[in-house]
Amino acid sequence: MALLEVKNLTKAFGGLKAVNDVTFHVNEGEILGLIGPNGSGKTTTFNCINNYYTITSGDVLFKGASIKGLKTHKVCHLGIGRTFQVVKPLARMTVLDNVTASAFCRAGTIKAAKEEAYRILEFSGLVEHKDKLAKSLPIGGRKRLEIARALATKPELLLLDETAAGLTPSELDEAIELIQKIRENGTTILIVEHIMKVIMTISDRIHAINFGQTIGEGTPHEVANNPAVIKAYLGEAYAQCK
Amino acid sequence: MGQKHLTLIFIGILAVAFPFLVPSDYYLHLVIIALMWVVIGSAWNLLAGYTGQVSFGHAMFFGVGAYTAGIIVTKLEMSAWWGMMFGGVTAMLIGLFVGWVCFRLRGPYFALATLAGSEIFRLVATNWESLTEGMVGILIIQTFTSKLPYYYIALTLAFLCIFVIHVVMKSKWGYYFVSIREDQDAAESMGINTTLYKNVSLLISAFFTGMAGAFYMNYMAFIDPHVVFSLHYISIMAILVGIVGGVATIMGPAVGAFIMIGLQETFRSAFFGLAPAWTSEAHILVFGLLVIFVILFLPNGIVGDWSKIKRKLFRIKASS
Repeated sequence: MALLEVKNLTKAFGGLKAVNDVTFHVNEGEILGLIGPNGSGKTTTFNCINNYYTITSGDVLFKGASIKGLKTHKVCHLGIGRTFQVVKPLARMTVLDNVTASAFCRAGTIKAAKEEAYRILEFSGLVEHKDKLAKSLPIGGRKRLEIARALATKPELLLLDETAAGLTPSELDEAIELIQKIRENGTTILIVEHIMKVIMTISDRIHAINFGQTIGEGTPHEVANNPAVIKAYLGEAYAQCK
Repeated sequence: MGQKHLTLIFIGILAVAFPFLVPSDYYLHLVIIALMWVVIGSAWNLLAGYTGQVSFGHAMFFGVGAYTAGIIVTKLEMSAWWGMMFGGVTAMLIGLFVGWVCFRLRGPYFALATLAGSEIFRLVATNWESLTEGMVGILIIQTFTSKLPYYYIALTLAFLCIFVIHVVMKSKWGYYFVSIREDQDAAESMGINTTLYKNVSLLISAFFTGMAGAFYMNYMAFIDPHVVFSLHYISIMAILVGIVGGVATIMGPAVGAFIMIGLQETFRSAFFGLAPAWTSEAHILVFGLLVIFVILFLPNGIVGDWSKIKRKLFRIKASS
């Protein structure tokens, strides 16, 4: 069953269509990778799904019901969590408080929220940093904090926006492991990623876009051999000589 | 029971016993005004320090509270003390409207909108003569001739305000307010209804500022638009109290209020008559210098940077 359906999504900024008539769906329990060169509209698609941007036309369905036009915080309550590509740690709060504030989305009391936050910090490997201020974390920790904060809202669908960018090779392996652990816990994932190692390893299916339009969809292997995708990434000359 | 609790109990006993320890109307008056500023500073701090929505127009809530109390006495001929309650509630209603308009804006634009809002209220109070008596102002008869009851009312109000803010900041709301301050977009994506909680913060802040305004009416017995809607005597002073004491700290505005009122009075009275009279005009200049000093050396205010101050003092002592 499709958990999320994006139908003919279009987002225009003035005359520029950043996302143009994109259609895809995410099945329950799978990891769908969204790839495309810089500026192809991946983050804009995310911003349209959780309604940080207002959609120009098209529709977004979550569990069969349209979530178009709902406020971002309502989308979160429905069960869609997201991380930001440019990390947004709540800098002058401790790591634990960051996640606790997020856990109130489901938890009724302070005690419950703190317990939930502690559990998630353990899960995401941040527990030894729990009393540090978020601004003191290095980029790897901040990316993890983004994920932890999104997880604290107990999402059914998690939107990960380049959570592996800027990580060291060993951190990268840990990130892949974490994402797979999240999926094993039953959370569906839609991930935007540039690092091929990550996206090829973890995705069940990949949806490729360029200039805001779909150029290919399929298993990682299919997409990697799709001429349109090769052209978008490596240029026309390379695509022709192949 | 820790040292912190003992200190608080000591301050509490000192506060209750103060009028008997220092039986002087002059000093009692200063402390009453300082306590009123504790309320305004703490209220401003909840909105600006904790929620990150810096207001340059808290005079509008103060003024509306004061005028509500004044009008209740002069037009409705009710007891001035009803004004205390209605002052806070009216300020809250105004806050609801202000929030509806101003929270569409962020950061400096919100600050400027509140500044403009406050000026609008001053002009309305000046020109709506049938209701407010305009520039003539409102004069009422004080309920008590002694300052003692006013002292305890101000003390209760200050305690209540600090206590409520303390409780709020320990709750879910507190987490939400600070999240909004740190990053509004992140807060929204964490499922926090940022518009709603910014308004909640504003309403609590407006309520206490309005109460302080109503208290001012009852205590001083005279108000006019230039006094209670004043940009520099109320709106800016609220900011100074917060910054000097320490934004986003519970006790910061309380400490800031006593420092600012102490300084203001020292200059107003030309160092209690010891300095030449012209120094009485210098307090604005000194406030400016103080703010520069605090921002450069104590960016978290006196309470926020207390450990830094202690370290510096200790080092000076150790080296001498």
